[in-house]
Amino acid sequence: MSSTPGTPAGRAATPGRARTGRAGTTDSAAVHDRRLLRDMLLIRRFEERCVELYSAAAIRGFVHLYIGEEAVAVGVHQCLTERDAVVSTYREHGHALARGVPVRAVMAEMYGRVTGCSKGRGGSMHLFDPARRFYGGNAIVGGGLPLAAGLALADRMRGEEQVTCCFFGDGAFAEGEFHETANLAALWGLPVLFVCENNLYAMGTALAREHAQTDLAMRAASYGMAAWAVDGMDVHAVQEAARRAVTSIRAGNGPHFLEARTYRFRAHSMYDPDRYRSKDEVQEWKRHDPVTALADKLRAAGRLTPNKLKKVEREVTEEIEDAVKAAEQAPQEPVGDLLRHVTGRDEEGS
Amino acid sequence: MAEFTMPSLGADMDEGMLSQWLVHPGDRVSRGDVVAVVETSKSAIEVECFHTGTVGSLLVSEGATVPVGTPLALIETGDREEPAGEPSGREPPGPGPGHPGARPQESGPKGVVTPLVRRLAEEQRVDLAGLRGSGTGGRITRADIGRAADTAAGPVPSAGPVPSAGRVRASPLARRLAAESGVDLAGVAGSGREGTVRAADVPATAQVAGSAPAGGTARPLGPGPGPVSPASPVPARAARTATARLMARSKREVPHFYLSTTIDTGVALDWMRERNRALPPAERLIPAALTLKAVARAAGEVPELNGHWVDDAFVPAGRVRLGVAVSLRGGGLVAPALAGAQEQSVAEVMASLKDLVSRARKGRLRASETADPSITVTSLGDQGVECVFGVIYPPQVALVGLGRIVERPAAVKGLLGVRPVLTATLSLDHRAADGATGARFLNCLDRHLQRPEEL
Amino acid sequence: MRAGGTDGAGGSEATTYREALREALREALGADERVFLMGEDVGRYGGCFGVSLGLLEQFGPDRVRDTPLSESAFVGAGIGAALAGMRPIVEIMTVNFSLLALDQILNNAATLRHMSGGQVGVPLVIRMTTGAGRQLAAQHSHSLEGWYAHIPGIRVLAPATLQDARLLLAPALADPDPVLIFEHGTLYNTAGNLDPAVHAVDLDHAAVPREGTDLTVVAYGGCLSKALAAAQELAGDGISAEVIDLRSLRPLDDATVVGSVRRTHRAVVVDEGWRSGGLSAEISARITEQAFFDLDAPVERVCSAEVPIPYARQLEEAALPQVSGIVAAARRVVG
Repeated sequence: MSSTPGTPAGRAATPGRARTGRAGTTDSAAVHDRRLLRDMLLIRRFEERCVELYSAAAIRGFVHLYIGEEAVAVGVHQCLTERDAVVSTYREHGHALARGVPVRAVMAEMYGRVTGCSKGRGGSMHLFDPARRFYGGNAIVGGGLPLAAGLALADRMRGEEQVTCCFFGDGAFAEGEFHETANLAALWGLPVLFVCENNLYAMGTALAREHAQTDLAMRAASYGMAAWAVDGMDVHAVQEAARRAVTSIRAGNGPHFLEARTYRFRAHSMYDPDRYRSKDEVQEWKRHDPVTALADKLRAAGRLTPNKLKKVEREVTEEIEDAVKAAEQAPQEPVGDLLRHVTGRDEEGS
Repeated sequence: MAEFTMPSLGADMDEGMLSQWLVHPGDRVSRGDVVAVVETSKSAIEVECFHTGTVGSLLVSEGATVPVGTPLALIETGDREEPAGEPSGREPPGPGPGHPGARPQESGPKGVVTPLVRRLAEEQRVDLAGLRGSGTGGRITRADIGRAADTAAGPVPSAGPVPSAGRVRASPLARRLAAESGVDLAGVAGSGREGTVRAADVPATAQVAGSAPAGGTARPLGPGPGPVSPASPVPARAARTATARLMARSKREVPHFYLSTTIDTGVALDWMRERNRALPPAERLIPAALTLKAVARAAGEVPELNGHWVDDAFVPAGRVRLGVAVSLRGGGLVAPALAGAQEQSVAEVMASLKDLVSRARKGRLRASETADPSITVTSLGDQGVECVFGVIYPPQVALVGLGRIVERPAAVKGLLGVRPVLTATLSLDHRAADGATGARFLNCLDRHLQRPEEL
Repeated sequence: MRAGGTDGAGGSEATTYREALREALREALGADERVFLMGEDVGRYGGCFGVSLGLLEQFGPDRVRDTPLSESAFVGAGIGAALAGMRPIVEIMTVNFSLLALDQILNNAATLRHMSGGQVGVPLVIRMTTGAGRQLAAQHSHSLEGWYAHIPGIRVLAPATLQDARLLLAPALADPDPVLIFEHGTLYNTAGNLDPAVHAVDLDHAAVPREGTDLTVVAYGGCLSKALAAAQELAGDGISAEVIDLRSLRPLDDATVVGSVRRTHRAVVVDEGWRSGGLSAEISARITEQAFFDLDAPVERVCSAEVPIPYARQLEEAALPQVSGIVAAARRVVG
C-alpha cells in the first residue's frame, strides 16, 4: 500500500467507475470502450498467431509473450499523446501495437523481413518506430531505463512538455539501473512515467524469492517520487491511474511510478516447463483475463452485442492475416547488405 | 483435415520426442488445447494444437523422436467455418517451402559437418555426400570418415605439399625480392636472428631495403609484388651476385671431377624428324627436349647422382627434379626445376621447358620451381659451344653439360661416315660419387638417346 | 578568464592539454545549444582533472550538469538525450569506472542504430581518462580503450597532442554515432604551443609526427611521446624511425600504417594496454595481413606487462612501455 503525499490515495481505480476519454456521452464512452477491447484483442490474437508461427518455425529467436498483460499497455497508452516517448522491454509486442506501430511492420519484423519495423535487424525483442517515438524493445533487463531518463532530460532542457513512458518489469526493479535512474529522474525532476509491470516472476523467480520487500511502489516512493500500485488486469483502472500520473507529470511534478500488478498466462519465452509456478495459480489468474473481463463488463453494460464482438474479432483476424501474408511475401534483405546500419557514415554511403 | 505437427519450442530446437499423447482418436479438441507432451533437450513441455475438430489418426507413437514440422496427428476439422481467430484458406501449418525454417533437400552431406570432419574427408578423399553419419542427428563423425576411408579401395595418397627438407629461413620481403630477381635463397647467407635471410642479404637489393643512411630517403618499392621488368638493373645485378656467391661456394667446397663422352644422335634425330613431319610447326620437337628427357631417365636409373649432399652424407632425392640452367638476359643464371621430366612425354617436357625458360627470364618463377632441383643440366649447344664442364649447384652432386650437336666423321660398324654427335659431360662431387657411377650415368644417357621411341 | 582562454588571432599560443580540452568544450557549448556536458563533478568541482573548470559559471547548471555517482544512469541518459536530438558530452572519471556503464555503451549506444534498422542514431560524445603513470594503482590506471575499439558502431579517439585535444571534439560532436574520447592521465599537464593556423583535424586519418625510413613505430595517446623520444634516440644510432600517431583507434587507419610499413619493412607497435588480445595484436595482425611480403622482420610489440598496474613507483614504471623498451624493440627489428 503505497501512495505518497500529493498523489491520489487508493491503490487501484474502482472497476466499472473509470471514465473514458473525458467523454460526455454514453455513446462516445461505448465507442472508446470498444476501442479498448479491440486494441487488447489485437495484441492477444497477434501473439496467439505468433505462437502458431513459432511452432511452425516461421518465427525464431526468443519470443516473449504479453498474453495476460494487455490491459497495462492499452490502458497506459490511452493517456499518451503522439509527442510522448515510449521505451520498452523485450516483452513489447503489446506496447508496440498499443503505440500504433502497424501490425504489418511488427509481423514482418517477427519474420526478419526488410519490411519489418526494424528492417529485420531486431526481431521480436527489438521493435522500433522512432516516427511514433517508440524507442525500442530493450533485451537487457533494465537497460531501457536510463534511456528514458535521457529522452525526458532532452525534452525538459528544450522546455517541451512531453512525457517519456518507460515500461519494465519486476525483474528490472532489482537491477542497479532502475535505482540509479529512479534517483536521477527524481533528483532532476524529469518527466518520466515509470510503469513497472509486476507479473510476479522475473523469468522463473517469484517476486518474494527476489525482493526482500515486495511492495515495489513503496520502494519507488522512497526516491521521492509519487508512486502507487494499480490492478493491471483492469484496463479501466490502469487507464485512470496513468491519466492521474501523466497529468501530474505534465504539471511539472517530476517522475511518477506505477506498479501494474499483472500476470503473464504463458511461458517466459514462448515455451517453458512452468516448473516455477503451479497450474492452479495460472488457472486462477486466467479467471481475471483482462480481455474477457472487459468484454463481460461491456456486455453487462449493454455496450457490446455478440455481433459487435464478432465484428471486432473478424477485423482483428483479418488485419493479422493480412500482416502474415505480407510478411511471408516480403523480401529478405540481401546478405550483401549485411554491414548496413552499423554507423551513420554507412547510412550516408548506402 | 489439418495436421498437428511437431512444434518448434525454442530457438535451438530441431527435433523433439513425443513423450505422451493427451488425446485419443475421436476426441474433440479446440484451438489452444494441450494435446501432447513433447520432450526437448531442455525439458518436457505440454504442447497445444492450433485447430478445432476431431482427432483423427495419431501418426507418431509415444517415445518417438522426430524433427520439427513432422506431422504427429491428423485433426478432422470438417467443412464448417472455423471459429474466430482461426482464419480460413490458410495452408496447413508446418514448415512449408516458403518458411525460413524449412530445410531444403540438400544434395550434399546430411546434417552438420564440422570443419575438422570436412578436412579429414578432404585429406582422405572421402565423399561426404555419400556418407551416412552415425552421430546425433545424423552428424558425420571422425569415425565415419575413418571407416569410409578404410573401405575405399587402394592406398590413400596424402594430400598437401610435402615439406621440403631444407627450407631457407628468410623474411617475407627477402623471399619476395629473391623471387623477383631470380635469386636462389639457398645460396644466401642470412644476417638476421638465427641466420634469417633479410632483404639486405639478398644481393643487390640492399639499396632498396637495407638500412638507409641516417636522414636518407629509401627508394620506395612498388605498391606490391608486381612484375619486375627484365631490363631492370636491380634484379639483374642481384642475380649476378647470387650466381657469383653460389658458384664460388661450390668451387670452394665441392671437390669436382669431370667425365665426358660423345654420343651419336643420328637415330634420335631421325626419329624426331619423322615425328615432326606429322606435326604443325608449333608442336614440333627440338633436340633439347629429347636430351633433357634422356637425362631425366638416366638420373632416375642412377639414383646415386640424383640428390643432395647434406651434413656430410648423400641424401637421394627420390624423384628427379631436373634443374635447367637458364641464362638471364641481364647476366646471371637461374636453374629452376622441371619437376615432371621423368614421367612426362617428350612433347610435354618440351612444353614445360619452353614455359619455364620464358618465365625464368621474366622473373616469374614459382617458389616451388626454384626449390631443390635434384640434378641440373646446362646446355650451351644453342650458343655454339661443343663441350661444357659446369660447376655443380650445391647441395646437388652432379651437373650434366650438353654441347652443340655437330656433324663429325665417325666410324660406324667399320665404316667411316658423317654422324651428328653430341658431347655430354658430367661434373661430379667426389664426396658423393666416383668415376664408375658417373660412367654408368653417361652410358644410360647414351642408351636412351639410341632408343628415342622409348623416351 | 584564465590565460590562454581564448583563441588568439595571431602567433602560436601557449597552452596545456587540459586547457586545450577546456577550450574545445567551451567552444562546443558556445556554438550549439544542443550540446551539454554532464558527469561526476564536472560542475562545481571543476572536473575531476580540472578540465571543465569555469564552464559551470559560464554556461549554468543546466548545461554543465553534475550527476550522481551513477555511471550507468547518466551514460544511458546521455544516450537517451542523443536519441532525442541533443548532443550530450558525458564525462566519466576514468576508464575503469566506465565499466559500470559498459552495458549502456555496448548494449545501447553501439547497437541502437543497428537494432532499429538504421532508424535511430546516438550522436553522443563520452570522454574519459585512461592510462597509468601516476601511481594510482590497479583501479585507476588501466588502458581499456582497446576493448572499446573492439565494438562496431562506435568511434574511439585517443588525442595525444595539444592540437588534437583542442580540435578533435568538434568533429566528434558532428559524428552521427557515439564517439569515445580517451584522455591519457599523464597528458593533462603537458604544455606547448598551438599552431593558430590549424583549425581542424581529420578524424579518419592517423598522423605521422615523424617521418623515417628504417622502421615504423605505431603509437597513440600516452605512448606517443615515448615513441617520439625513442625515435630521437635511434636517430643518434643512424636508425631512422617513422612514428605514427593512430589518433583514431576505431576505425583504424590501416592505409597509413600499412603504407608506412611497406616503405620501412619493419614495425614496432607500442600500446599501453596489455599484450594478450589487445589493440597491439590487432595492429600487428593487420600489418601481417596487408604487408606480409614487405616485412623484413617480425612485428615487435611493446605493451604493458601482464599485471594489474601496481602502486610502487619502480614497479609501475617496469609495467609500462618505456622509451628504452621501444628502442630495444626497434634495434631488434632493424637487426
